[in-house]
Amino acid sequence: MRYRKFILQLFKKLWAAVTDLVPIIVVVVFFQSVVIKQPFPEIGDVIFGILLVIVGLMLFIEGLEIGLFPIGETMAYALAKKGSLLWLMIFAFALGFSTTIAEPALIAVAKEASIISSGAGLIENNQKIMDIYAFGLRLTVAFSVGLAIVIGVLRILKGWPLHYLIIGGYVLVMLMTLIAPKEIIGLAYDAGGVTTSTITVPLVTALGVGLATVIKGRSPLLDGFGLIAFASLLPMIFVMAYGLFWF
Amino acid sequence: MIDYLIDFASILVYTIRDVMPIVLLIVFFQLVVLKQPIPHLKKMILGGVYVILGLALFLMGLEKALFPVGKIMATQLSDPAFIGATEGELANWRSYYWIYIFAALIGFATTIAEPSLIAVAIKADEVSAGTINPWGLRITVAIGVAFALALGTFRIVTGTPLYIYIMAGYIIVIIQTFFAPKKLIALAYDSGGVTTSTVTVPLVAALGLGLSSAVPGRNPAIDGFGLIAFASLFPIITVLGYAQFMELKIRLLKIKTKKNAI
Repeated sequence: MRYRKFILQLFKKLWAAVTDLVPIIVVVVFFQSVVIKQPFPEIGDVIFGILLVIVGLMLFIEGLEIGLFPIGETMAYALAKKGSLLWLMIFAFALGFSTTIAEPALIAVAKEASIISSGAGLIENNQKIMDIYAFGLRLTVAFSVGLAIVIGVLRILKGWPLHYLIIGGYVLVMLMTLIAPKEIIGLAYDAGGVTTSTITVPLVTALGVGLATVIKGRSPLLDGFGLIAFASLLPMIFVMAYGLFWF
Repeated sequence: MIDYLIDFASILVYTIRDVMPIVLLIVFFQLVVLKQPIPHLKKMILGGVYVILGLALFLMGLEKALFPVGKIMATQLSDPAFIGATEGELANWRSYYWIYIFAALIGFATTIAEPSLIAVAIKADEVSAGTINPWGLRITVAIGVAFALALGTFRIVTGTPLYIYIMAGYIIVIIQTFFAPKKLIALAYDSGGVTTSTVTVPLVAALGLGLSSAVPGRNPAIDGFGLIAFASLFPIITVLGYAQFMELKIRLLKIKTKKNAI
């Protein structure tokens, strides 16, 4: 009996992962067969890949619910109970910084950016300078994400209204756009989006919601969210500032 | 078979390397700062192993299945021969319509499968005690990304400056913020950042770079960027819009019931 229940549960979870992927499969099949009218390249690999994606997604979501979410929440409770603002801030900063500095998407983007900037003659075309530039860019983005989480956590503690801060951020982005070098603007705008990785998002969300639940007078829905919003806004401002600093 | 195992092992190592700083941070805080053992240690470790294994499998599957197909399709659809333009000449922006449709559909589809968005939707459902439907949120965000990518590819084809679109988007968000129900503003702002993660970023980056090198007169270095920025701005607009729509519906329902009561 127990096994049957287990297998039933397993199928339910697998099925949920399949429904998540149905749109992708439909779009790809439609374009290949109706619009481009070409046979699939290496169909065996593609089917195998889709199976991996389904199993992977199922495991990931299961792991979220039994591992990542509880850890984020436990940390939030424990830190709030300890009552030390300093340690909470250090934790928030370290969480943002450490998850961003190693982010593969960011490493790729930073390298691309150094090639573009040297090509445009903004920095010297010399490998060493390009490496320094790329690493500096990564540091800048990681620092800004760390700072973003700190500001976000402070906001939850103090109950500042989110929209004023975000709108203020938008105004800053607009002002920076006017003075920043043109070549860095596209990159800076994109830097906001690439920093929030798949492991960071659940952890940061659990942290925010956990804090808003523990602190009296805060609503988890109203105050718990918003950390990710800061983490995708601040890097834009900082990357443009980085561009200004170099050129 | 051996090739697959080697691929998987290297992806697994990368994933573990990405997760390592977080694990160290949590262990350090629990043992040194909070001086407490980690509660439900066994379950947490199991969850961590699931997350790492799941993410590695997911990424490997994407690399095998989705990314190559997506890249091939993006190049084929922007090929001058497919569009019916002469080589090296800029065709009318309308001839690229299949690109816009493709961008919108693939944006929608990848957003539905985005693990970070699933995570936020689960949390939002839990926190709102079921009033925020996870599928409703995911579909609304996906529509935002679809619109963003269609507009973003249009921008690459026409070569109009990025910042004008972004500023217009910001102004819309600011106006909406004043009218939207306060409760959902934070969630809406967050849904911008979460959409661009594991699945969407590589595919969208490939689309942007492929398209800007295929369209004559575009420089991949300058015009290739910006799609991710679009994809993290427009979901905010659609989620705020959805929140306003739901509030309006509830208000209308109240008026109706009041009338009926009279």
